This record gives sequence, C-alpha cells and structure tokens, in this order.
Amino acid sequence: MLTIENLHAKVEGKHILKGIDLDVKAGEVHAIMGPNGSGKSTLSSVIAGHQDYEISQGTMLLEGEDLSEFAPEERAHKGIFLSFQYPVEIPGVSVTNFIKAAINASRKAKGFDDMAANEMLKKIREKSSLLEIDSRFLSRSLNEGFSGGEKKRNEIFQMAMLEPKLSILDETDSGLDIDALKIVANGVNKLRSNDNAIIVITHYQRLLEYIIPDFVHVLFDGKIVKSGTKDLAVELEEKGYDWIKEMA
Amino acid sequence: MAYTEEELKKELETKEYEYGFYTDIDSETFPVGLNEEVVRRISQKKKEPEWMTQWRLKAYQAWKKMDEPEWANVHYSKPDYQAISYYSAPKKKDQYKSLDEVDPELRKTFDKLGISIDEQKKLAGVAVDIVMDSVSVATTFKDTLAEKGIIFCSISEAIQEHPDLVKKYIGTVIPIKDNYFASLNSAVFSDGSFCYIPKGVRCPMELSTYFRINQAGTGQFERTLVIADESSYVSYLEGCTAPSRDENQLHAAVVELIALDNAEIKYSTVQNWFPGDKNGKGGVFNFVTKRGICHKNSKISWTQVETGSAVTWKYPSCILKGDNSIGEFYSIALTNNYQQADTGTKMVHLGKNTKSTIISKGISAGKSQNSYRGLVQVHPKATNARNFSQCDSLLMGNRCGAHTFPYIEAKNKTAQIEHEATTSKIGEDQIFYCNQRGIDPEKAIALVVNGFSKEVLNKLPMEFAVEAQKLLEISLEGSVG
Repeated sequence: MLTIENLHAKVEGKHILKGIDLDVKAGEVHAIMGPNGSGKSTLSSVIAGHQDYEISQGTMLLEGEDLSEFAPEERAHKGIFLSFQYPVEIPGVSVTNFIKAAINASRKAKGFDDMAANEMLKKIREKSSLLEIDSRFLSRSLNEGFSGGEKKRNEIFQMAMLEPKLSILDETDSGLDIDALKIVANGVNKLRSNDNAIIVITHYQRLLEYIIPDFVHVLFDGKIVKSGTKDLAVELEEKGYDWIKEMA
Repeated sequence: MAYTEEELKKELETKEYEYGFYTDIDSETFPVGLNEEVVRRISQKKKEPEWMTQWRLKAYQAWKKMDEPEWANVHYSKPDYQAISYYSAPKKKDQYKSLDEVDPELRKTFDKLGISIDEQKKLAGVAVDIVMDSVSVATTFKDTLAEKGIIFCSISEAIQEHPDLVKKYIGTVIPIKDNYFASLNSAVFSDGSFCYIPKGVRCPMELSTYFRINQAGTGQFERTLVIADESSYVSYLEGCTAPSRDENQLHAAVVELIALDNAEIKYSTVQNWFPGDKNGKGGVFNFVTKRGICHKNSKISWTQVETGSAVTWKYPSCILKGDNSIGEFYSIALTNNYQQADTGTKMVHLGKNTKSTIISKGISAGKSQNSYRGLVQVHPKATNARNFSQCDSLLMGNRCGAHTFPYIEAKNKTAQIEHEATTSKIGEDQIFYCNQRGIDPEKAIALVVNGFSKEVLNKLPMEFAVEAQKLLEISLEGSVG
C-alpha cells in the first residue's frame, strides 16, 4: 500500500529525514518508535503533505502513485488520514459540521454528490457509539475546550467516519489517561481490516499493549535503525533508547 | 392568501416583474453642483409639498456650514461635492444588449450565488424583453400587506400619500443637522423606502426591498423610514447579495427606525457594493447613518453583513429612550484587498432597565483595514442599564489590520457594562488540518470564517443567512496563499 524508499526531507533547511525505507501492506499495523527529535512527526507530516517540509531525495508511493505530486487534500481523497498529535481548534464549527464538510469534499473529488442527510446521520450514530461518544459532544465546536482525551477520541471518530486506506496515528496516546487510551485503542482495533493499514507513531510502548502491531521500527536521527516484531517494543520499554543510540 | 413568502421568492426567480424596470418619465439629468436652487428643483421634480421643500432647504443650509468628518480610521480622497449631479433619471439606459457583453468576472460571481439568468440581466443592466403575465406577484404581495393595514412603499410615494406620517417622524431620530452625510442626504435624497406597521400588527412576512416595486436602481442618496406602531412587529431586509456595480461612487444613505411602545423591529442588511478591484481602484464610498429609537418595552435589532464598498462608514445605533427597551447590534464586516471599513454602533441608554447587546465580527484579508468603533452611553437616569459587547477580529495574512475603538460613558452607578474582545488569525495549522481531511484551502477558509461569524449569521433570516454565507466565501476568494 505505502512504499517509502530512501526518503530524505528537510524543514527550514534542516535535514530531518535521512533515508527512510518503509513498506506497509494492506492489513498491517506498523509502529514507529523513537526518542524525541528522531523525526517521527516529520515523517507523518511529509506523508500528509505539509508544505513546510521539502523532500530532497527518495520516493513515496501510495498504491503505486507518487504522493509528492499531490496536494494534502488530494492525498486525503486518496485515503491518507493523519490523526494529529495536536488537533487544532476551529471555533463555531461543530464536530458534525466539520466531518460533513470533510466527507462531502472527498465525495465531490470523486465525482459523487453530497452524502444524504439521513445516511450521514446513521453513520455518525454508528461510529460515535463505536467510540463511546456522547451525542452532545457532536454539537460542540471542533476541539474548542476539549480535554486531551476528547481531542484524540475525536480524531479517531473522524478516522472512523472517513474510512481511510492508510491511517497515521501521531502520538495518539499522549495526554490520555488509561481509560481514554483503552477506548481509543479499542476503537482503532475495531477499524482494522484486511483492506486498510495503520502506522502508529509513539514514544512509549504503552499504546502497543492495546493496538498490537505487526511490525515495530525504531527511528533515530532520521533513519530506521532497527525493525522487528512487537517484542522489540517491549525490549525498548525495558532498556530505553540509549542502546539504540549507541547502535546508530 | 395563496402565496407564502417562499413561493413568492420562487416566482420571482423564474419570472421577470415588470415593475423592476420602471422607466422614469423624466430622463433629465441636472447639471453638476449643489445649491439652494438644485435642492428646490429636486423637491419640485418629486412634486413634494412645501413643508418638505423647506425641510430639505434647512438641511442644505446646515450641510453648507459643516465639514466632512475625518475622525474615522479610513483614508480616501474626498469627493468633490460640486462635481456631482444630484438628480438624474433613476434608471439608466441598459448598458448591454446581451449578457455576453457583461464582464465575465461578474457573471461568474452571479453563477456562484445561484442567481437566475433573468435576475443576472437585471442586475447587470441588460435589456430584458420578457414581460410578465398580467398577474403581478408584487401586487399580490402588496395586497396581503394592505389587508393588515401595513404601508410599504417608496418614500416619494409616502410623502404624497401619507404626508402626516412622514411629517411626524422624518428627521426625528436623525435630525437634519446630525452629521455631514445625513444633512447632505436630507437635502438631496432621491428615493428610498417607507414602512408603517399599525398598532398590534405582526407583519406576516419579511419585508424586503427586493420585493418592493420601483426599486430597480438603488439611489445614491437613499432614505428609509420604518415605523412600528405600538405592539407591532416587523422584520425588514435590505440589500442584495449580488454585487452591485453602481456608477455612483458616493453613497450617503439614511435609515431611521421608530419602535413605539412594545414594538419590535428587526433590520437586516447585506451590503455588497462594488469594493474596487484587486489593486484598490474604484469602488463605492458608503457613508451611512442608521439609527433607531426605542420607546417603552420595545426592541430594535440591527444585523448587518458588510462585504462590499471601498470605504465603509457606518454605525447603526439605538437610542433606548423607553424603560425596559432593548437594543441589539450584530455585525459581520469583511474587508479584502484594499477595502477600508470603520463600522460599529452606538447604544444610548436613557431609560431604566434598558439592555443592549453588541456582537461584532471583523474579518480582514489582503491589505484591508477593518475597524470596530462603538459607543455605549449610560445616562444619569438610566438605572440598571446593562450592556454586553463582544468584538472579535479575524485576520488573514499579515498585511491587513484590525482595530477596535470601544467608548464607554457611564453616568449611572448601577450600570453593568461588559466588554470582551479577541483577535485571532487564520492559522496555517488550521488550514492544513482541514486539508488533511480533504477540504481544499478555499473551503477551509470559508469554514473557519463561517464558524467565526456563526453567532451573527444565526441572527439573519434563514434564506438570507445561506446567501450571506456564500457571499463571505466568494468575497474571500483568491485571498489564500
């Protein structure tokens, strides 16, 4: 599904990614771990197409198509979803209205009419119950005054609504207490299928106890220095990142 | 009555109405310049009674002694008032033979707003050859109002047909010496609207200038007078979301509202005069005086969406004279490119337990300057007066400006006045977030702006709100990046 080869990227002239190789197939969950500043969030921004990041070398293909040719919204239409580490507030725009705009924008890009109101409503009900979201929550302004947990749950709610092919969860566990973490992870697990793929970016192993990855990669100084199975995450938790640094 | 307001609107969309294209018998245009003789002749042309002529002359004398105000936060080269013709045939000749000759930019905007082809022709000034069938929608509309005793006509007609009402109320809220532009308007106003709602009557539909006959070309010096008699209610809509490319650069309108005991007036405006081009060339100067007086237990709400004009100078105000009266001001002012807006309100609390609410949303893009200017005044006898003001500014890019000038004068210790102000910027992170969800940058901005303006948009009648929302979106096009 996603094939990244020798990806180099910089922001404000500073090289952050220094040759990433990653192959994510449909049905897989990959975890990317690493210490602060290793380039984890940069990788997610580059895949999503943030304009501040410049690709200097390498390729990024989604189902064979070169992603770098597409604007962020076009990548979204193609099925890329990024759950933000720090979701932004949009005052006056309700959660419902926002997701409606998002769904209809993608439909429009694909040549479909707007989703019928009753269909939208049905889908919202279904997905919000999946994530144990109160209906009152849906009428609140997007992320305004949301707790950390509410923000992340809202991100996963959007993921559920948009049904992306490839989801990147950027530090989704940060700011969550254990109960919220369980709900979010549970929601993500329910969304897993043989047709989609998920990249989980995290600093800690904690989230991976609930979202079990097929592969774990360790990112350090802009490169993937070690890959393995979920056992690698446990090893990292025990030993910390220092031994990785020594390896690099 | 067979027609609902909805049906009427539909009718109007599909049919031309003959009265929209009234040709004045008099196609004469006065030579440029303003003097006593010109004022007399305007009054004569309109066959006005002597008291009206004298009233205009008094206004002219006052205006002559006044200076054009300079305190607003706007910069423009002052018009030469002696280089303007103050009377011309209201309807200009059709400029174009077919729509193909009309500026494609303008047509694109019409299409986006969903304006019908016939309507487009009318707005762009294209010759229209379809004549409507004999049953006039507008007449049907007028009949409904007449049944309830509501008077809704042009101010010229009102001066002829209802002189007592006009004489009693004109200039009582905005005196002829009020300010430079109001005095000028009083002296030379060409036409405008008049509306009277009798005691205890609730006007069954939104009164819109759109429906009113003889309103094809909005005058340069428009005069509006709305009187809501005791315990009556009216919602009045002014303006049109379609861009109006008027040749007149200077517009100085006056609107007076009178809400008698227990009456309520809702006055909504969408202003979309030509704002000038992307380089700041051309555009309308819009210097408007709007004020309402509230008697006992009455209420006046001003709601405005201002997206047009090169320079806007406008402060719809309420004089809360009667005890327990309420004044409200809800405003969205959007400026782009080189537009300048200095707008806000005055809430003058005279009566006891008077309440006022001010919600102002300023949106600035491009190189525009957007100012809120407001006055909350509590007089010594206004015990327990309350005001809440909220002024929010939204900036796009870093070449525009937002300014807030709130003035508060409280002369009664029991007054409760709250003022909140925020300034925010549409962030790249907000846009990127929307992009990532599949929403393109222009839609993303529209989404953020609509969210920002929601509290005010909600105050508009439904139909109008949808149009206003579209208008905001269109006005910001090309301001991305």
